[in-house]
Amino acid sequence: MTSPHLLWLLAGIGGLLILASVLGEILRSRLSPQGENPVIENLNARISAWWVMVILLAIAFLAGKPGVVFLLALASFAALREFLSLTHYNRADHWSLVACFFLVVPLQYYFILIDWYGMYSVFIPVYVFLLLPVVSALHGSTRDFLVRVSETQWALMVCVYCVSHVPALLYLQIPGFEGRNIILIAYLIFVVQLSDVLQYVWGKLLGRTRVAPTLSPSKTWEGLIGGTLSATAIGTALYWMTPFTPLEAAGMCLLITLMGFFGGLVMSAIKRDRGIKDWGHLIAGHGGFIDRLDSVIFAAPIFFHITRYFWSAT
Amino acid sequence: MKAFLLSAAARFTGQAISLFARFITAPRAVWQGIEPVPTQRVYFANHSSNGDFVLLWTVLPPALRKRTRPVAALDYWLTSPLRAFIGRDVFNAVLIDRRPEVRLQDPVSQMAEALDEGSSLILFPEGGRNSSDQPLLPFKSGLYHLAKARPEVDIVPVWIANLNRVMPKGEIIPVPLICTLTFGAPLHLAPDEDKETFLARAAQALLALQPQVQS
Repeated sequence: MTSPHLLWLLAGIGGLLILASVLGEILRSRLSPQGENPVIENLNARISAWWVMVILLAIAFLAGKPGVVFLLALASFAALREFLSLTHYNRADHWSLVACFFLVVPLQYYFILIDWYGMYSVFIPVYVFLLLPVVSALHGSTRDFLVRVSETQWALMVCVYCVSHVPALLYLQIPGFEGRNIILIAYLIFVVQLSDVLQYVWGKLLGRTRVAPTLSPSKTWEGLIGGTLSATAIGTALYWMTPFTPLEAAGMCLLITLMGFFGGLVMSAIKRDRGIKDWGHLIAGHGGFIDRLDSVIFAAPIFFHITRYFWSAT
Repeated sequence: MKAFLLSAAARFTGQAISLFARFITAPRAVWQGIEPVPTQRVYFANHSSNGDFVLLWTVLPPALRKRTRPVAALDYWLTSPLRAFIGRDVFNAVLIDRRPEVRLQDPVSQMAEALDEGSSLILFPEGGRNSSDQPLLPFKSGLYHLAKARPEVDIVPVWIANLNRVMPKGEIIPVPLICTLTFGAPLHLAPDEDKETFLARAAQALLALQPQVQS
């Protein structure tokens, strides 16, 4: 499972985090020695949380396929818990919600684990889509029925279906790339998250013009262009550890960073509608699991299917 | 030896129940009106589920948790050996009898006694689980009598949000959803305040802590 390239990537990320931690401490001692500057405090909280996330991912990578599948199943569970906490409530949905957590999540990841592509790609969009509303309907309450079943289906698509395409990358069979699929996951997460970080940095440094003022005050054109282009440049420079040529890597990076940006935008729209700032509180400085995963959620299925269509033998 | 085993089993069960509560609800404490410091307090909260006191107990820092006892109904918690173990041994509840005609001791004096021993209390002044559409049922008078008997103790409102959705009355399997517990500013009985005024003020202080989320 471990390849020298993965170790290189992890070492590189470790180096970046050390650099970020040192910079964060310097900024704190200069601008916020008593913790009075909320931006600096939030920055340092984010960096500490990054350490935890990277260490957990690294452990899962070293544990191999079951480790990665299990970690992302847990992330799906936590994200679903956040999403469904904000949806319309009706007592009649109790059993369909129980089924989402204790049946749909384990089954979807089980299908991934046994590499049953024909099942995991239709399980939620077809079977769950058709059967879950039946459970709610049988309990009789029609109030807000369409809203309730749509919200639940959306929650499952976003938090479970999309996220499960991250571990699904492990099972693609790319000629000449055998045994190194974990790189695909590390690469996807690294480029998308790096783009988020760089959009934040560029936005803080140069951000003037907002992309969608009604959705998010922090998304600016300067941040978007600077972030996606610099993340694409770094991702392209790492083409040698992927199955892609430099040009292909650049196209792939541009695609997933843009999808990541759209993910953040759509999730912001939902948060705005519900009158909340963050999805949760479990990842200090970032908010909830969905706040951190939103870009990966939108990028993962597209990255998976394009890689599968053009590069995979199956 | 038996006592030691029982207390070890109780401690372990308490941790396990707490961990399970965290897994299901990822509870978040918002200390809005007070700080989590070891002051003697009577926490009073809305009551919609049997998980209420478990969750409140879980979000207290360990040093406070050790000295905090829920007030619970003896006629519920002593009906089976398992409930008795959880109520009495794990959570060290102050068990009061809701049936005035058969009880041997007055609930208020039992609670005052627990306060005199240095414990803090968790109290549900609605007297039972609320499964109505109203956010709160009318308070029983125990909170007032306790505030009168021990006027120096902080009476702290705690709003528990969402737990009625996690485990509605009558369901056995909980739905994992995030719960928020908001701790408000402490109340004390004013010198010439009567029962109705105080209970209305307490209910108002509790309702004011509901998080403002549209849904």
